[in-house]
Amino acid sequence: MTTTTLAPVREQQQTVFGQIPMSRVTRVELRKMFDTRSGFWLMASIVIAALVSTVATILFAPDADLTYYTFAKAIGFPMTVILPIIAVLSITGEWSQRSGLTTFTLVPHRNRVIFAKVVASVTIGVAAMFVALAIGVVGNVIGSSIAGVDLVWDVSFVHALDIVLGSLLCLLTGTMLGLLFRSSPVALVAYFVYALLVPTMSGLLATSQQGYQDLQPWVDLNYAQSFLFEGTLSGAQWAHLAVAVTIWLVLPALVALRLVRTSEVK
Amino acid sequence: MITIESLTKKYGGRAVVDDISFTARAGRVTGFLGPNGAGKSTSMRMMVGLTRPTSGTATIHGRRFADLPNPGREVGVMLDASAQHAGRTGREILTLAQQTMGLDSRRVTETLGVVGLTESESNRRIGGYSLGMRQRLGIAVALIGRPSVLILDEPANGLDPAGIRWMRDLLRGYADEGGTVLLSSHLLHEIEVIADDIVMIGNGRIVAQGSKTELLRAGGTVVRARDMKALEQALSAAGLATSHDQGAVRAEAEPGVVGLVAREYGLALTELRADEGGLEDLFLQLTADTQREGKAA
Repeated sequence: MTTTTLAPVREQQQTVFGQIPMSRVTRVELRKMFDTRSGFWLMASIVIAALVSTVATILFAPDADLTYYTFAKAIGFPMTVILPIIAVLSITGEWSQRSGLTTFTLVPHRNRVIFAKVVASVTIGVAAMFVALAIGVVGNVIGSSIAGVDLVWDVSFVHALDIVLGSLLCLLTGTMLGLLFRSSPVALVAYFVYALLVPTMSGLLATSQQGYQDLQPWVDLNYAQSFLFEGTLSGAQWAHLAVAVTIWLVLPALVALRLVRTSEVK
Repeated sequence: MITIESLTKKYGGRAVVDDISFTARAGRVTGFLGPNGAGKSTSMRMMVGLTRPTSGTATIHGRRFADLPNPGREVGVMLDASAQHAGRTGREILTLAQQTMGLDSRRVTETLGVVGLTESESNRRIGGYSLGMRQRLGIAVALIGRPSVLILDEPANGLDPAGIRWMRDLLRGYADEGGTVLLSSHLLHEIEVIADDIVMIGNGRIVAQGSKTELLRAGGTVVRARDMKALEQALSAAGLATSHDQGAVRAEAEPGVVGLVAREYGLALTELRADEGGLEDLFLQLTADTQREGKAA
């Protein structure tokens, strides 16, 4: 940066400024996820939740079930709740807290800001999942030795990646809902409707309606996604997942991006 | 320089900003004056690309705001000082701006000094800031990139008299160095003391614009003399229309002309000043119109 020693830039002496690089926008967005008390504790809650789940698994899981998969599953569940909340708030804060007035004036291209936020959220999501899986490793070692059972590593590397991918889909669902509603409470409620209510209704429908049963794997995102957490997917299950993700995540995200581009920041 | 051409914003067919055109020039403070709800903020949001105009353009140095590669380095913007995450500290908010613009980190402390926020104040969360402190922080965010243009929406809001004085001196110095300053206010007096040029807006339309001296001149002159009767006779003899105004005489002419007339007739004046009534009347009329509209709605 050669521009740091500039005297006040005035009308006559116009300087040519470079475009703000994407890396800088992303770094700032990442910083914004940590620099408030609520943001900090939300991040801390990732580690806290992983530790609590690990301890609970050691204490309450039957000795026979003390395998790495049990730990991974126990830690993975709170992640599917916390990560979307982080993603939602990173987007909606600009509107709810009205900081977008500054953000979108300093970077007057909303797509760039949104992209930076997605990259920042995914970075945190991936980091959180690896921290969580690592805590699970420690839990499994300690738990098994306390219980005096053999160490069982029943999660392959590919399976671990599937679990990370599944969590990221939850996170991106949060991002999408944040963009769609641009209001923290509405987007958070919408996420729980998405993650809890819709799957339940879909399940009920599948048991009562024969016709829907064949359709469910294709249109029930939660159902299609659940196989990511359970192990290696078959080709058909990947296809189900792709279709469900397109319907529930990609298409609404396109609508949301359009809304964000034209919406006013007041 | 800010150039506004036929800028219009309609919401559901109703024009909030209706075909406004004006220029805010370098080296001058341009006051954007109008009652609440006149369309000032909407106009300013359109200038910085937060709201899409229905038609018309707003350019800064000849370019649309969105086409500026690093806008914070060229245009300092403060639209609403309270529009920040309450959980961030003042210093953090300024740091985010500094990093986005790619400035040296020393600029943060430097700018905090410029706006008069102390070290300990800057480390507090802005949820606990007074309106005046938020306003200072907002100005800091606008100034940190050393821009050549400032766009400030109601910057004097919430400042105490000393703060208003500080702001006036700051913006004056800024314009004197060649910067362009556009600031809005709903208070005539505020604009009068600081602006070189005035753009008056009401119900989305520009109702008056020009340099402050021009606009004030349009109001005529208020004059008093020891011998009021002789003064009146002299003025009518000079062919100037006069009227009475609280014991003084209002003449439809510039103070300079009235002074010359008085000298000619050997009159000792006790008061001679431009009548600001014209601008004030216009402004009050606008305010009244808006209020009537409010009742009808």
